[in-house]
Amino acid sequence: MKKLMTGNEAIAYGAYLNGVRVGAAYPGTPSTEIMDNFSGYPGVFAEWAPNEKVAMDVGIGAAYAGTRALVSMKHVGVNVAADSLFYAVYTGLKGGLVLVTADDPGMHSSQNEQDNRNYAKFAKLPMLEPADSEEAKQFVGIALEMSETFDTPVMLRTVTRLSHSSTSVEISEEAPPAAPPEPPLYERDAVKFVMVPANARRRHPVIEERIKKLAEYAENTPINRIEPGDDTIGIIAAGSVYQYAREVFPGATFLKLGMVYPLPAKLLQQFASRVKTVVVIEELDPFLEEQIRLMGIEARGKDIFPIIGEFSPALVRERSASAGLISTPAAARAEAAAAAAEAAELPIRPPILCPGCGHRGMFHVFRESGALVLGDIGCYTLGYAPPLSAMHTTGCMGAGIGVAHGIGKAGVKDRIIAVLGDSTFFHSGIHPLIDVLYNESTVTVVIADNSVTAMTGHQQHPGTGITLQKKTTKAVNLEQLVRSLGFEKVDICDPYDLDGLAKTLEDHLESGKPSVIIARRPCVLYAKEKRTAPQIDPELCVNCGTCLELGCSPLMQEEDYVTIDPILCNGCGLCVQVCPAEAIIAR
Amino acid sequence: MKKIDILMAGVGGQGTILASNILAEVGLELGYDVKKSEVHGMAQRGGTVESHVRWGEKVYAPLVEQGQADYLLGFEMLEAARWPLYLKEGTVVLINRYRIPPPAVNLGKAKYPSEQEIESLLKGAGGRVIWIEGTGIAGELGNPAMVGVVLLGAVSNLLGGAEEVWMKVIQRLVPEKFLELNKKAFLAGRALIIS
Ligand SMILES: Cc1ncc(C[n+]2csc(CCOP(=O)(O)OP(=O)(O)O)c2C)c(N)n1
Repeated sequence: MKKLMTGNEAIAYGAYLNGVRVGAAYPGTPSTEIMDNFSGYPGVFAEWAPNEKVAMDVGIGAAYAGTRALVSMKHVGVNVAADSLFYAVYTGLKGGLVLVTADDPGMHSSQNEQDNRNYAKFAKLPMLEPADSEEAKQFVGIALEMSETFDTPVMLRTVTRLSHSSTSVEISEEAPPAAPPEPPLYERDAVKFVMVPANARRRHPVIEERIKKLAEYAENTPINRIEPGDDTIGIIAAGSVYQYAREVFPGATFLKLGMVYPLPAKLLQQFASRVKTVVVIEELDPFLEEQIRLMGIEARGKDIFPIIGEFSPALVRERSASAGLISTPAAARAEAAAAAAEAAELPIRPPILCPGCGHRGMFHVFRESGALVLGDIGCYTLGYAPPLSAMHTTGCMGAGIGVAHGIGKAGVKDRIIAVLGDSTFFHSGIHPLIDVLYNESTVTVVIADNSVTAMTGHQQHPGTGITLQKKTTKAVNLEQLVRSLGFEKVDICDPYDLDGLAKTLEDHLESGKPSVIIARRPCVLYAKEKRTAPQIDPELCVNCGTCLELGCSPLMQEEDYVTIDPILCNGCGLCVQVCPAEAIIAR
Repeated sequence: MKKIDILMAGVGGQGTILASNILAEVGLELGYDVKKSEVHGMAQRGGTVESHVRWGEKVYAPLVEQGQADYLLGFEMLEAARWPLYLKEGTVVLINRYRIPPPAVNLGKAKYPSEQEIESLLKGAGGRVIWIEGTGIAGELGNPAMVGVVLLGAVSNLLGGAEEVWMKVIQRLVPEKFLELNKKAFLAGRALIIS
């Protein structure tokens, strides 16, 4: 039987079918649904770890114990987990360990466009890249076996297009292997698992030897295959880009790579010798191309296709035509359509804070305070955008507090706020907060606590009291945690209460002490609360635009007054509080 | 087997995801190879949602190529207007007559295009534009969020497939307590266009 599955669903299914028993992840688009789906299979343990490094260590621990494990994260998550990934390559494991990296070419929802294939070369481990959901399912099994055979973690790379596209998957008639009746025995082996320099020096040659053996394996694995066709052009491609290339070059000879590191040198030479021109089509970095050229093979690639952004069939076709690889029919109509679309100057629709979002009141108060606001990543990052315009840096998760501390230490005289979400705080906010105390800054840290990981679709976290597998658990109490570190000035505010929050913020900023404010208001989408919209009295409205400065979508500018769309509005009452003419009446 | 490329465009919360799931499953039921792709990263935050569904003998890319769409289903007028590059001569364009003004329009800083502008933009690219009172019909039936199912009903006569096939898939994908209403919405849409 066949079933449509997204790439992410298929990875989870593949893990389940192949006897993975422990899964760990931290959410991040486009990876989130992998662990979400895996957690629902019977007989498995799956968790949201506080961050990716913890998730990686959890997976490594399970694999040390001989249990198959799956760890998943978005591309930038691997930066956080990298230290652990690198040692696991040295120690090796006992059970299979697969790390899924979900890259985001085009940055649909990411702060950068890094190409994580580079990690395979950097950390010296194998990487597989499926091209559709069926392969995603199968490759998990292949990766687990490879991991056990070669005693190494294996990376599986997906990209947004694969993770969020649905294609058909063969549903297995067979049940996954039954759980072993006995608990696993941990075999103590210090020489292998304790990476003091003396042991690590012994391991490094093993790693170099292993990657050579993996390159041998790559020569013969059926997931690297030549698909014969017209030999004028030979295309080398992997992953979703292979599918785009297939649309554009239906008759060409292909080398379809399922394993993108290490590469099969002999197979590549053989392929190159049978075709006239070798063309490497790959998104982002010239990762394959550079290695292939180093083998002495002449190849075209980044001289034709961009290094920036996501590919599409149209892009591959257009660039291939410009390079003379194919002839395309006249595109007069497309050009006319493009010109007309451009001339229409359609307004864009950027994501915005939801109506009723607690973050809005907080950013309104920040803007009014005039302070410098050093930020972080989450829904609240949208507070940077006009008209709120109240966040001045965003780099990566957990960066804001440290950056704020550094700006203060540089001697900047602005009053300084660091803001981050509750999930971000558990992810990587605690250490910089300790720095603020230890090295004596006066930063005011505001934790925007909406009591869930909202940005990535409402995942649980250590503060919610619920696990990924929906068990009730101990909730870490933010206030107690912060006080126990040694912060004396700690307050909890409701960001719907603009005056109250403004007063507390002013008090903290002027105190000359390191301090923490917890701005607490549950995410409206998650809490699913619906309050009644206020009404605007058009007689009283002076059309001053103050309420519009909240950047709240139900508030709409009419000819000479403002209206509220009662369907969109969530009745948070911020506009009622800011209206200087008292024209907005709560109901 | 002829390939059929379908694009859907809307705003987060309008039900494009359910509609594209139904379309994909109906394709499978009809014996096509099917691929589907969505971009919905920031959809919950009121952003744009796009969905590609491709039916064919053998489908490689999950993305519809520019100039190749056979159908465009616009769940919202402005979102429909963004796709002329994907149309070709004769692309069937169904537009739900409904606006969700983006922030710049609310703030009076940008203009929402008129129906005539949208229509001529899409017609100029080869589209056969059909306006549908989808949100209106769904609202009268009790839930404006069923607009996607109304649009599917409307396009179902053109796409083919027996009514039972569509109903079977709807039955499978729509939660029990909304099922009857959604079936009604589908039939209301189906009555709008006779192929
Ligand atoms: C290292 C890393 N992991 C994951 C992500 C994806 N991501 C961005 S923000 C965020 C969490 C946001 O949650 P929270 O801090 O509670 O803020 P909210 O969105 O709820 O306002 C996640 C998981 C990322 N950008 N970087």
